[in-house]
This record gives sequence, C-alpha cells and structure tokens, in this order.
Amino acid sequence: MALSGGVDSSVAAAELLAAGHEVVGITMRLWGGDSDTGCCSVADVDDARRVAQQLGIDHLVFNFTDDFHAHVVDPYVQAHRDGITPNPCIECNRHLKFHRLSERADLLGFDAVATGHHARIVEHDGVWRVARGHDPQKDQSYVVHMLPQRELARTLFPIGHLTKAEVRERATALRLRTAAKPDSQDVCFITSTGGRTEFLGTRIPFRRASVVDAVDGTVLGEAESLEMITLGQRRGIGLPGGGPKRYVVDIDHATATVRVGDESMLDVDELRVGDMAWSHLPVEGEVRVQCSAHGATQVADARVTGSGVQLAWRSPQRRVAPGQSVVLYDLTDTYVLGGGIAR
Amino acid sequence: MSPFTYLDHAATTPMRAEAVAAMLPYLTERFANPSGSHRFAREARTAVDDAREVVAEVLGCAPGEVVFTSGGTEGDNTAVLGTVARGGGTALCPAAEHHAVLAPVEHVHGVVVGSTAVGTVDLDALAEALRARPDVRVVSVMAVNNEVGSVTDLAAVAAVVRELAPQAALHTDAVQAPCWLDLRTITPLVDLLSLSAHKFGGPKGVGVLVARQGVAYEPMVIGGGQERERRSGTHNVGGIVALAEALRATDVERPTELPRLAALRDRLVDTLVAELPGVHETVPRSHKVAGSAHVCIEGIENEALLFLLDEAGVCASAASACAAGAMEPSHVLAAMGVPRDLGLGALRLTLGRTTTDADVDRGLEAVVEAVHRLRRGRS
Repeated sequence: MALSGGVDSSVAAAELLAAGHEVVGITMRLWGGDSDTGCCSVADVDDARRVAQQLGIDHLVFNFTDDFHAHVVDPYVQAHRDGITPNPCIECNRHLKFHRLSERADLLGFDAVATGHHARIVEHDGVWRVARGHDPQKDQSYVVHMLPQRELARTLFPIGHLTKAEVRERATALRLRTAAKPDSQDVCFITSTGGRTEFLGTRIPFRRASVVDAVDGTVLGEAESLEMITLGQRRGIGLPGGGPKRYVVDIDHATATVRVGDESMLDVDELRVGDMAWSHLPVEGEVRVQCSAHGATQVADARVTGSGVQLAWRSPQRRVAPGQSVVLYDLTDTYVLGGGIAR
Repeated sequence: MSPFTYLDHAATTPMRAEAVAAMLPYLTERFANPSGSHRFAREARTAVDDAREVVAEVLGCAPGEVVFTSGGTEGDNTAVLGTVARGGGTALCPAAEHHAVLAPVEHVHGVVVGSTAVGTVDLDALAEALRARPDVRVVSVMAVNNEVGSVTDLAAVAAVVRELAPQAALHTDAVQAPCWLDLRTITPLVDLLSLSAHKFGGPKGVGVLVARQGVAYEPMVIGGGQERERRSGTHNVGGIVALAEALRATDVERPTELPRLAALRDRLVDTLVAELPGVHETVPRSHKVAGSAHVCIEGIENEALLFLLDEAGVCASAASACAAGAMEPSHVLAAMGVPRDLGLGALRLTLGRTTTDADVDRGLEAVVEAVHRLRRGRS
C-alpha cells in the first residue's frame, strides 16, 4: 500500500485491512529538495508512519529519488526547454508508482500494489480496465490511465468506490490523524512561494520572446521567458491591459516567437496524440476524449497511426498544449481505453 | 530462543544487566538532584563522582577531564563548534566522518579532506590541508568508522597534527571504539574524545566528552554551570551511573570478547563470500574492528535486501537513513571511492556481546536466501 501521508491512502490501507489483506505501508521518498507538502516531506512521512502504526501495519520508506529525478524532474525541465507543457504527476505514476514500486513489490513477494487513487479497476471477460472513480469531482482515472493489463491485474484502488466525503467520514470514524488533512495540490517539487518560475529559472536559461499578432505579424511586445509560456495563456505575456482579449495561439521555439490572437484561433478540428499507452488493444472509431485532469470529455473519431492516434473532433475544440496527456474513454465515459501525449 | 537475530550492534547494543541494575536506584528512591545541598543530593553527587572516576580509569585520564553529555552527537558538536567558538578559525575532518562531526564542520565552513580506500583519513591529504590552512583550530578524526568498521591510526594522525598544526586541538569521535579498542591507548593521543553510552551497553541519552587539561572550548549548553561550567543542565544521574558500569564491564570483558567475536565475524564473512558470487568485503579485516562485517553485494538494492532480512527476523543495516527514514547512498563508501552502484548493495552486519553462533547461522541463512531470491527475481 503506497502511503503518501494523505487521507485517501490512509483510508485505502484501512479498507484493505478490512477486506482481509496482509498490508505493508510504503512511503516513497522521491524528492529531496524544497516542497510545500509534497509526497515526501518529513511531516508527510510522519503522518504515513503514524497511520500505519495506528492500523497496526508495518511501514517502510523506499528511496526512489534517483528514479524520480531521471524520469520526472529532468524530463520536466527538458520539456520546458523544448516548449512542451508536461504533466509530471502522470509521469510519476507511470515510472514510479506503477513501475518502480510495483517491480520492487514483485521482487519482495507481494501479490499486489495498492494506491489511494479515486479510480476503479474492473475486469470483464479477462480484460482489465481503469474505470472512473465513484466520486465524479475527485475522479483520477485520467492520471492512472497508463496502466497496462499486467499492472491492472495486480493493482488495487481500495477507495475508488467511495466519494471523498465518505473517505473523510471513514478516516474520522477510525480517528486517523489525516482525516481533516487538506488534499495535496499541484506539483510536489514546486513550492508555492517560488513557483514554476523559480524552479525552472535556477535550472534552465530563460529566453526572451517576441510577441506578435498571429494575423498580420505585427510585433506587439516582448515576453520575459519563452519557456514559461503555454498555449492558450492570456496573462503574463508582456501585453498592456485594456485591449481585446488575446490568447497565445502558437509558440515557435526555434525563433522564440509567441503568436497571439482571439480565442477562436485556438480552435482546431483534429488532435494528434503520440506515445499511446493502450489499456488493452488499440481502439478506433468513436471515443470520448479528456485533455486535462478534471476537464469534460468530447466525442472524437480515433484513427490509429503507428504508436499514436489521430483524433477528429465532432465540433472544433480548443488546441491542447503539446505535452499534455490525452486520455480516451469509451462512449459511456466510464472506462479508460488508453492515453498518450498531445503533439 | 529469540525469534529475532540482532546483527546491528553498531546502531545500538542491548543494555547490560549490571548497568540497568546500577541505574535503577537513581530512577527510584535515590532521585535527588546532585547539585542540591542536602543528604539526598550528596548521595547522588557521590554517585556521579564515583562514575566519573570509573570512566577516567578506563579512559586513562584524570576525573576532572571527564564531562558528561547527552551522547555522542553532543560531544562531537561541542568539540568542533565549541573549539571554534572559543579560539576562532575553522575546523577540519575527513570525508568519512559521522554526520555528527561532518555537519558542524560544514557549519563553520570547515575543511573536509579525503579518505583512503579503507575509510580512514588520508594522511597526505591531511598534511597538505593543514599546511594550506593555518586557521584550522580543531581537527576531528574518528577512531573507528561507524559504517565500515575501519580503525584509524590515531598516533599517526596526532603526529601530523602536532607537527603541522600545533595551534589545533585534536578531537576523536570514539563512539564506536569502547567494545573493540583499549581506550587507554587513544586518550593520550588527543585533546578531546567523545563517547556514547548506548554503544557499549549503557542507556541512550548519555555520553562523555573528554577534554584534556588545558583544552578550552565554549560550552554549547549554558545555565546552571554543572560539569565545571563545561556542560550545564541537571545531571542525568541514572544514565551516568549506568554508563560508568557499562564501560567498566566492557573494559573487563574486552580481552575475551575480542577473539570470540572476531571468529564469529570471520565465519560470517567467509561463508557469505564463499556461498554468494559478487560479494565484496568492503575493508580488509586487518584494518577494522572485530565485530564489524561490511560487504557490498553486486546487483542488489539494499532497501530490498533489508526488507527480506527483516521479514526473516534478521536485524541488519546498510548506510544511514535520512530524516524521513529512507536509505541514503553512503557518504562513507563514496569517500572510499566505492562505485555508486556497488555501494547501493552495501550490507552492514555488526556483532556484539549478545551475538552467538546461532545468530551467525541464522544471519547467514537469511542473507544467502534473500540474495538468491532477489537475483532470481531480476533475471
């Protein structure tokens, strides 16, 4: 059981015990630098340990900082350098929770790895799928979409059938110290005080960018740091207020040019997705598509292209920033079919 | 027979029965504060003074040179920070020191010199650093390395320091020494020496800092002026009494315990090397104390190995853990030049007075089985 020191994994451990499993709590130490309340601050490890002690299970800390740097932090930094907007939490799930940890668990003789994600795993006719969690507000199927059959068969999400309110109720009933602990927010290695700017600023050189009108190419201004700008962004691009609303509609990294225009210019008919991780077999035809952690899904026609997929929207949709995860669901909007990275 | 096999005596060793017996009266009916002015206080004061004499005798110093502390970290910190606070300048230590020395040396922007392949200070590097840095006021070199068990030739270190840095005090963190070395051979070489009771059968939370006659430092804890104003705070009477009793008993037993534990350690390491390919003894036995077995096992992550050993009831260790409890790559092995990958397979098995033949058997069985299992899982 991956214990982060938060309420969800605390209750998940209790649920596993109640279901009769033999449980060992593991906290992964991932990040050694500054953190607000990332997964691995000492205070959170203390909470995880106390919860384990209260539940009467063993608790261990595994040091995966090297892997976290190699698979999450370094690619995060490099992506910004390359003008891509990455999703580090998804890469952490892919490489740490559902690879490094499950590999270690295998080696140590465990039958399954459990986490406190709000998602469910269902099996039908021998095919495993991630399904949305019971609480639509808290559903995390999007961030665990990458699980292949082999992992799905040995992964447990013990609170996927509960709402967040029910999780907190159970934590309170069990008198767990994490019952009222706020949910973790944002990226664990970025502090709220320094933000992304400070984190990236000490790791990569920022380039100045010229901001031009997307229609006629008129230079409108200059932005401080090209690497901090994301598609669809409206503020912080060095334009004076008061004028028409202008959005970043294109970023040309080679020439350090940011093109701005009105919102409709962001609309596109198609979306190309690379590095698809399919839950089972590749799927073509009508699917529902989710492009952000808590975004609504839209219908598209999927066509498999090598390791990726080409999505044709039913109606024009806003462009998705390259690097973001795009997750395909079935038409009932319940089961994950697979997911990849927006190109 | 205990269901657990304890092979982590360098982390802490069980309290000796005579030490527990010695301290109990001071936790119960003889509860007084030794700084008081009534008969109960005098009784407690006598116990502290008696303890000080016992400690001085085992260490080969004068009773007035013994300062009771809260343990090894306080002694190490005081020796480094207190000496610099008093005399100015900075501090120096080798890279393989315990963090209780490294951290204060870094705190005063001190000098960290290299270590040899066996984890002891590199004497040439030490000499070079002392020549380059006449502002060094304290040199701290451990007697026995806590991770790999290597023994420092303190006579050679002292010769270098006295010649090249006569202005500097020489401190030794001797926390790992009492079970293995006659402290009377160490104390005369140094100005300051730290001990921790729980490493030799005393309780946790009490230790000794020896400050030789004429060696001055700023106290770290000030207030009531106890310990001749070198360490304020009400005496931990029970702890001090138990420390002295444990140190005395350890000193008496050492000549018979050394060969017994060396033979057990030799069997442990020899068998591991014979039964498992890719097991490297980190430090040759001629350079280390009798109770220490330290090996690096190829292709093994010690976090996983320790989990399996724990499951099998064997208490072992690897390197030091961070504040969150995660295993950190060893700075000692890094200082010795052990490749990082091999260092991740470090395993420390440390023996002590309660260790038996059966413990070695069970330890061996568990390590061999766990390594086989981890290697099978990998292939």
